Amino acid sequence: MAATKKEPVNVNWAGPLNAPLGGLLTWVDQRFPLMSQWKEHLSEYYAPKNFNFWYYFGSLAMVVLVLQIVTGIFLVMHYKPSAAEAFASVEYIMRDVPGGWLIRYMHSTGASAFFIVIYLHMFRGLMYGSYRAPRELIWIFGMVIYLALMAEAFFGYLLPWGQMSFWGAQVIVNLFDALPIIGPDLSTWVRGDFVVSDATLNRFFAFHVIAIPLAILGLVSAHILALHEVGSNNPDGVEIKQNKNAQGIPVDGIPFFPYYVVKDALGVVVFAAVFCAILFFMPEMGGYFLEYNNFIPADPLKTPPHIAPVWYFTPYYSILRATTEDFMWVLRAGVVAYTLLILFTSRGCLSKLVAVMAGPVVLIAMGVIEAKVWGVVLMGVATLIFFLMPWLDKSPVKSIRYKGTLSRWALTIFVIVFLTLGFYGTQPVTVAGTIISQVGTLIYFAFFLLMPWYTQMEQTHPVPDRVTM
Amino acid sequence: MAEQQPDKGRRCMLVAASTVAGGVATAAAGVPFVASMFPSERAKAAGAPVEADISQLAPGERMTVEWRGKPVWIVRRTPEMLDTIKKNADKVSDPASKKDMQPKYATNEMRSIKPEYLVLVGICTHLGCSPVEKFQAQAEAFASDWKGGFYCPCHGSLFDLAGRVYKNKPAPDNLVVPPHKFLSEGKILIGEDASDKGAA
Repeated sequence: MAATKKEPVNVNWAGPLNAPLGGLLTWVDQRFPLMSQWKEHLSEYYAPKNFNFWYYFGSLAMVVLVLQIVTGIFLVMHYKPSAAEAFASVEYIMRDVPGGWLIRYMHSTGASAFFIVIYLHMFRGLMYGSYRAPRELIWIFGMVIYLALMAEAFFGYLLPWGQMSFWGAQVIVNLFDALPIIGPDLSTWVRGDFVVSDATLNRFFAFHVIAIPLAILGLVSAHILALHEVGSNNPDGVEIKQNKNAQGIPVDGIPFFPYYVVKDALGVVVFAAVFCAILFFMPEMGGYFLEYNNFIPADPLKTPPHIAPVWYFTPYYSILRATTEDFMWVLRAGVVAYTLLILFTSRGCLSKLVAVMAGPVVLIAMGVIEAKVWGVVLMGVATLIFFLMPWLDKSPVKSIRYKGTLSRWALTIFVIVFLTLGFYGTQPVTVAGTIISQVGTLIYFAFFLLMPWYTQMEQTHPVPDRVTM
Repeated sequence: MAEQQPDKGRRCMLVAASTVAGGVATAAAGVPFVASMFPSERAKAAGAPVEADISQLAPGERMTVEWRGKPVWIVRRTPEMLDTIKKNADKVSDPASKKDMQPKYATNEMRSIKPEYLVLVGICTHLGCSPVEKFQAQAEAFASDWKGGFYCPCHGSLFDLAGRVYKNKPAPDNLVVPPHKFLSEGKILIGEDASDKGAA
């Protein structure tokens, strides 16, 4: 069968190369959707023209993903995934492999950079309501990427086989142990042994270099496909597709190529400058990016005097540690109060019914199951609750620019609490730290659970018809 | 050729049957992969009992031996240490060791066969860190009236000198006393006891 008949590809800008290059591209285009894909995702993908600083972090996340994959491939060439050799092979990379130290530091700094970029990217979404209809699936794919990224970071952290690698994995795998009935068997299954051992290291290596990266690549594709289906949100939360010109092009949209490609390229240059400064001058970041204890080989008989996860996990770690027997009473009171709140103020019959059924069940479960399990449950819920954002936010407007005072304060306090929990998660346990973490945990959940109320109560500002610059 | 109408009932049945058969086959194919992640025969075989020589252990000191990849502590307690355990009953959550965290012969106030020698698996019952020894009775950051015991650096659980967990701490249970027996005055066998031949 003959190739699909399509218009010849015109590359006038290539000057004398127009004929050979255009001929080649035409040949490819008749056999592969080259030009249609190029147009759909770049040259004719219309993004709102009012993107600001916060819109750099999506493309930066892609850049860091590529950086992690490329550096990872070269690290695997020298790394040995066995308990006997892993620690030494990482030191070998650092000392003997030409340029090995640079590739390793790029990878370890890249891991923290990934989370910084992703947290800022998520904050952008929270600010401008990028999770609201019709973008729920973009948000959900993004959240799954975030969870996959946490798994990727966790599996990767065991590989250097230092003290923090070992005891971090020990603590996190033992989280499964807390689950009723299946817990102990499940954690043994995850470890492949009765303690964190060579078998655990080997499988974490498999997850870190094959399974999770494949999943992340697929999810990133889904995230972008969903984005390009509905179009990007913007700082005003205005739908640019509702205002099109005679050609059907949004009047407030500009093609991603060349405009945003150029803008994002500037972002990459600035990011690269900051990244290199950290990479060359403080790759350990004072123990936050690479913890000092991890330069000591793993010792199954001795826990380091102070263990803490890497910084990007610490907000959740604080929530885990905050859940003590005493705190359970506060949580029980919280469940009662929340059930009553729904019962007396919710307009939906279904939500009242669910509250009446679920409230007592949770209360009874809190009486039967010990605090240790609830710490794990709260930590899990703290990460998963982001998934509900599209349905918790009931504000008539999307963007924080037009939301009322309550929403602005709620988001500001949430960010402060998230950082505070993160800070206390890096610190040893103290009485004051525990109380602050407990208050923080309550505020963390209140931000989400009370959102349907405060987003409806407040007076919002009028939204413009067109985007503002 | 005559137009043949599809037999809808038959088509539906075939789709259902092949879906079920395919589903069962897929699930069955998953079994070896899931099974491969359980501990191997080699890992299971590595659980042999270990012997510890306690003849050199001075009063008030602790030694650590490795059993099944885990640290096992042997503490030789002084009479003063045993005194603090008796006074600690109201501070710990399970003073009488009612929960099954120790063999029968260690289900007593001192959680040991001989009060002087305490044998514990040095793994916190919260999330598996190894607590550190804080035997000195003195004011500590985590407790101003500290009587001596173990402190878990990961999540702040406290245990007294019988491995009993303090109230209102993340760890739910007392530290585990492994099966053990005295082979002679100066030797303990960990992982096997007098009552049964195998490991508990």
